[in-house]
Amino acid sequence: MKGLRKYLDKNVKPLFDKGGKLERFWVVYDGLDTFLFVPGHATHKGSHIRDGIDLKRTMITVVLAMVPCLLFGMYNTGLQHYIASGVADSSLMDCFVFGAMKVLPIVVVSYGVGLGIEFLFAGLRGHSINEGYLVSGMLIPLIMPADIPLWMVGLACAFAVIIGKEVFGGTGMNILNVALTARAFLFFAYPTMMSGDQVWFADAPFSGSVDAITGATALGEAAAKVPMDQLNASFGLMDSIIGTIPGSIGETSVISCLLGAFLLIYTGIGSWKIMLSSVIGGAAMVAIFNVFSVNTLMEIPPLHHLALGGFAFGMVFMATDPVTAAQTDTGKYIYGFLVGFLAIMIRVFNPAYPEGVMLAILFMNVMAPLIDHYVVEANIKKRMKRAKVAA
Amino acid sequence: MSETTQEVEKVEEKAPREPLFSKKNRKLITDPLNDDNPITVQVLGICSALAVTVKLKPSIVMSLSVVAVMIFANLIISLIRNLVPNRVRIIVQLVVVAFLVILVDQILKAFVYDVSKQLSVFVGLIITNCIVMGRLEAFAMGNKPWPSILDGFGNGLGYAWILVAVAFFRELFGSGQLLGLQIVPEAFFSFGYMNNGLMILPPMALITVGIIIWVQRSRNTKLIEE
Repeated sequence: MKGLRKYLDKNVKPLFDKGGKLERFWVVYDGLDTFLFVPGHATHKGSHIRDGIDLKRTMITVVLAMVPCLLFGMYNTGLQHYIASGVADSSLMDCFVFGAMKVLPIVVVSYGVGLGIEFLFAGLRGHSINEGYLVSGMLIPLIMPADIPLWMVGLACAFAVIIGKEVFGGTGMNILNVALTARAFLFFAYPTMMSGDQVWFADAPFSGSVDAITGATALGEAAAKVPMDQLNASFGLMDSIIGTIPGSIGETSVISCLLGAFLLIYTGIGSWKIMLSSVIGGAAMVAIFNVFSVNTLMEIPPLHHLALGGFAFGMVFMATDPVTAAQTDTGKYIYGFLVGFLAIMIRVFNPAYPEGVMLAILFMNVMAPLIDHYVVEANIKKRMKRAKVAA
Repeated sequence: MSETTQEVEKVEEKAPREPLFSKKNRKLITDPLNDDNPITVQVLGICSALAVTVKLKPSIVMSLSVVAVMIFANLIISLIRNLVPNRVRIIVQLVVVAFLVILVDQILKAFVYDVSKQLSVFVGLIITNCIVMGRLEAFAMGNKPWPSILDGFGNGLGYAWILVAVAFFRELFGSGQLLGLQIVPEAFFSFGYMNNGLMILPPMALITVGIIIWVQRSRNTKLIEE
C-alpha cells in the first residue's frame, strides 16, 4: 500500500496538479485517489476532530450492506426465469449465472451513466466529485424489474442525478431520495415496463409456459382480489421472507435486507430509530386493516404484509437515507412511523400502485423538513417555558 | 395571482416625433423574450403553461390567443387610461380583458372547434392570466398607445415561445409526434423505444420549464442572482 501511495504522489499526481499536463482531468484523479486512500486533510485551527470514516467510506459501507440483496437478487432472477420457463430442476449455480448475466449489465449501466454525469458536473463546477452516487448507483438496479431495458435504466439514472440531485446542488442537498427518483421516473414514464405481470421475469416465454405462473407479484395478485388461501399457496410467508417470489431484483428477500440492516445499525450508519418506527407504523396500519378485512389486501396478516414487496428493502436502505430523512431524533420516530403507515395505506387503498413504499418514502422525504421544523420549535418552546419559570 | 401592486414603469415621453421602431421601442419587444421573460423570469402565467402544453397545436393556438388579447387589451387600456378613475381601474381592466377573451373564444369555436375543445376552460382563464393584468397595470396605464401595443406584443411573444418550446419537447417525447404528425420512426419502436408517459403528465411541464430557466440563467449573466 505504501508503495502505491509513493508511486501516485511521485509519478501520477504532478500530472494532474495545477500546471500539470492533465490539469483538466484533476477531478477524475482526485475522485479515484480519495477512493483508494483516506485524504490527508487535517484541520489547522480549532478543536475539530476529523473522522477517518469520510463520506466515501460511509457510502462503501452501505454498498457492502447491499451485497446480500444483490447476490440473492441475482439468484432469484435466475430462479424465477427457470420457474417461468418450466425448468423444474435448475441448480443453484444455473440460477445464479443466469441472474448475474441479467443483473450485472443493469449495474454497469447505472454506475456508468450516473458517475459519468457526476464527473461532468464536477468538472464544470470545479469541485471534487460527489460520493453520493456510489450508493444510488447500486440502489437503482436493485429496485428495477429484471426485464427492464438498459436504455431506460440509463435514462432514469440521468434524470435522477440531474433533476433529483444536481439542480439542488449535488450530494447532500437533494430533497428526494435519488434512487427512488429514478424509479418513480420510470414508473410514471413507462408504466408497462415497471408494473403489471410481464416484467418480473427475465426473458420468460409466457405463451405456453406452466399454467401455475401468472407472472404478477404477490401484491399485484392480492390487488386483483385473489382469495387469501390461494395467495398463501403461491406466496407463502416463508417464501416471502426468504425471497423466492417475483419482484424487483433486490427487494424480495427479507433475510438479505435484515443482514444489510444489521451491518448498517452496527456501524451506526443507518438509523435504527427510523427502521424500528417504520416497521411499527406499517404493522399498525396492517392491524387496522385486518379489523375491517373487506378484501385480500386487507386480510393479509401484519408479518406477511411487511414481508411482501419492497417494504423491508425500502425501510432499510431508502427511508434511512441520512440526507432526505428527518434529522432530529424525535423527528426520526415520526418520520419512520409515517413512512411505514403510508406505505401500507397506499398499497391497500390504491390498487393501481401495488407498491406503495416508493411513493410513501418520496412523500415523507418532502415532509421531513417540516417534521424537523416542528420538533425544533417544540423543543424551543419547552425550554423557553422553563427559562421563564426560573426567572 | 395577479400582481396589482407593481409600480407603474413610465417610459419617458420626450421628443415629439419618435421613429416607430426606435431603439427604446424595439427593446419593448426584445426584453420580454429573454431578460424579462414573463414565464421564466417573472414566473407568471405558469398555470396555462402547464395545462395546455401536452401537444404543440393547442399551445400554438393558445399563444396566439394570448398575444392577440394582450395587444388589444394594452391598446384599449392605454387609449382610455386618462379617463379611468384610479379607484375602479381593475374592474375596467377586467371588463376589457373579458370582452376580448370572449371574442377570442368565439372565434376559436367558429374556426378551430377541436382545438377549442382541447383548450376548454383555459381560453376563458386568459382573463385571470397574471401576465395580461400585470402588463395592463404596469405598462398600459402609464404609456401611450403605440408603446403599449409593442409591450403587449413583446410579452405575448415571450409567453408564446416558452409555451411552444415546452410543448415541442412534451409532444415529441410524450407522443412521438409534432403537430399530430409521427416524427419518431416506427423502426425506433421495434427496437424497444417507448413514448415517455411522464412527459404527458403536468409535472414534466414544470420540470421542462425549470430546465429552460436553468439553461437561460446559466447563459444570461444578467439574471444570475448574488
